[in-house]
Amino acid sequence: MAKTERREWNGYSLKPRKDMPEGLWTKCPGCEHMLYKSAVEKNLNVCPECDYHFRIDAETRIGYLVDEGSFEEILSDLTTSDPLDFKFRGTTYKERVKTDEKEAGAKEAIRVGKGFIKGRGIVLGVMEPNFLMGSMGYVVGEKVCAAVDKALAEKLPLVIVCCSGGARMHEGVVSLGQMAKTSAALAKFDEVGGLYICVLTDPTTGGVTASFAMLGDCLIAEPGAMIGFAGRRTIAETIKVELPEGFQTAEFMLEHGFVDMIVHRRDLRSEIARLIDYCRK
Amino acid sequence: MALSKNNKIGDGDYLEFEQKVADIDRQMDELRRLSSAKGIDYSAEIRRLQRKQVAELKRVYSNLTAWQIVQVARHPKRPLLTDYLNLMVKDFHELHGDRCFGDDCAIVTGFGQIGREKVLVVGQNKGRTTKEKIACNFGCPNPEGYRKAIAKMKFAAKFGIPIVTLIDTPGAYPGIEAEERGQARAIAVNLFEMSRLPVPIICICIGEGGSGGALGIGVGDRLAMLEFAYYSVISPEGCAAILWRDGSQAPDAAQALKLTSRDLQKLKLIDEIIPEPLGGAHRNIHDTVYNVERYIVRTLSVLKRTKVENLLENRYKKLRAIGSDTAGLLRTKTKAIKIDIKAAAPAASGKSKRIPAKV
Ligand SMILES: [Zn+2]
Repeated sequence: MAKTERREWNGYSLKPRKDMPEGLWTKCPGCEHMLYKSAVEKNLNVCPECDYHFRIDAETRIGYLVDEGSFEEILSDLTTSDPLDFKFRGTTYKERVKTDEKEAGAKEAIRVGKGFIKGRGIVLGVMEPNFLMGSMGYVVGEKVCAAVDKALAEKLPLVIVCCSGGARMHEGVVSLGQMAKTSAALAKFDEVGGLYICVLTDPTTGGVTASFAMLGDCLIAEPGAMIGFAGRRTIAETIKVELPEGFQTAEFMLEHGFVDMIVHRRDLRSEIARLIDYCRK
Repeated sequence: MALSKNNKIGDGDYLEFEQKVADIDRQMDELRRLSSAKGIDYSAEIRRLQRKQVAELKRVYSNLTAWQIVQVARHPKRPLLTDYLNLMVKDFHELHGDRCFGDDCAIVTGFGQIGREKVLVVGQNKGRTTKEKIACNFGCPNPEGYRKAIAKMKFAAKFGIPIVTLIDTPGAYPGIEAEERGQARAIAVNLFEMSRLPVPIICICIGEGGSGGALGIGVGDRLAMLEFAYYSVISPEGCAAILWRDGSQAPDAAQALKLTSRDLQKLKLIDEIIPEPLGGAHRNIHDTVYNVERYIVRTLSVLKRTKVENLLENRYKKLRAIGSDTAGLLRTKTKAIKIDIKAAAPAASGKSKRIPAKV
């Protein structure tokens, strides 16, 4: 794999980043090659030149992972009620939710449901990067817990694909509490011997990393994904030093012992299937 | 450990909204000076000023804004973990080290007695003097702090010893080494394990409840807050920098984040508010610590009477219900729906027989 410098994740940018601008051509942030868009799409949104993994929405991800037509979504209508009545800079959280709903075509930052991977039943959760940066508020916490409950009830493995800017500020301590809530649910799942596979994709940060994303029995990362706890800007401002190259990447996490493996998007499906077979009692 | 016995508020200690209080203090000092220098009896006048000051403190402290409460929670003379250990915990024996990397002074753990109960105390320590502050990283724990905390909590749980955690941190330390040693994993494991430790856990936010750094020792059967402590998903400055694109809008962010004890009680996110003495904890350390001690003794006696199975079930229900009363909205009746997702990927093509997978 060609080692190229990765584009830095821009922290909490307020607009969903456009990885794939409109038009036929797109520039790869990894190798700067101009790529034919449909060629990238055919290649699972991975750069054919340098293996740069483009960020993808939940629907595309589900399509890549599960057997065709096998995904049955639950709690798809659960939305936030804006518990803090949060207002900022002349706008409101409710407005922001509406905008992102329209632009991302998603109702929340995660979709959960039951599906099959190469014929193996799983409960799957996939986070939605284009909806408020994939941040975790009440609904994400509740849906993760619902997924755990379903996996418990149906004795199925749980797979969660993380992609998140962390806890959702607009819901304050309600969102912070979801870290404790999801971790508690996963502890219950762990006690009965449930298999939990967690896939960390670009980016996985903050309160999501510090809760359900780090609690998998097996942690798989996508190549080059940005994975960490504190934001790069916060760290740089606190310690006032240049951050080392490759800091908080999947490769960095592997080197420091916090993920089990880095798996190319094309192999993800078979790797998960293999793990499920391996752990079947 | 420096015990701040003297909590006299000096010239530099008045918060910006306490100027009238400061004026009265200065007038009283002047009268005292005059009366000792010239032998004139000003005691009646001083008593009048004292009454005026009490009235002024009551007025100011009953109408604090969220941002002002953040200032009180960060007051340099606010009682710190060391004050609680000195005044509230008898026979404290500190336990060091995470058996893995080191000993993080930002989190102190140890056995001791509160009231008549043996407990494990886990607390975040900010340090009073500059030297102490540097030694404990201004109360920002590293991963080894969280690992030490959970190791000692498991030790306590093994012998049925209840746990009291005292939260006071601006947040988990954001540094290169902290990331390298797994800050996120350390916090996640604590949330995971604390949800099922088979002993009573009481968590009290005594000052700053800074995000995941606070939550890392903040999962238990009860969560209480001192009246003028704050608990937030992000610092008001950080939130302002991101959502207002201007860190100086922190007062607005503090308001919006609903981080005060009153707001959090309304949102049903905390169980109890522990009152602070008139004019905030920093004006009377002893009374503050006493109020916290009374809360712990009273709550422990209830939790200790609860059977372990019930304790754990109640804790789980409590954690699972976070936000349920206020934050969710079902737009329409939810049922399982089959969504039509394009199987665009070559990897996803190729149908295979469905076989039931059991784990
Ligand atoms: Zn490329």
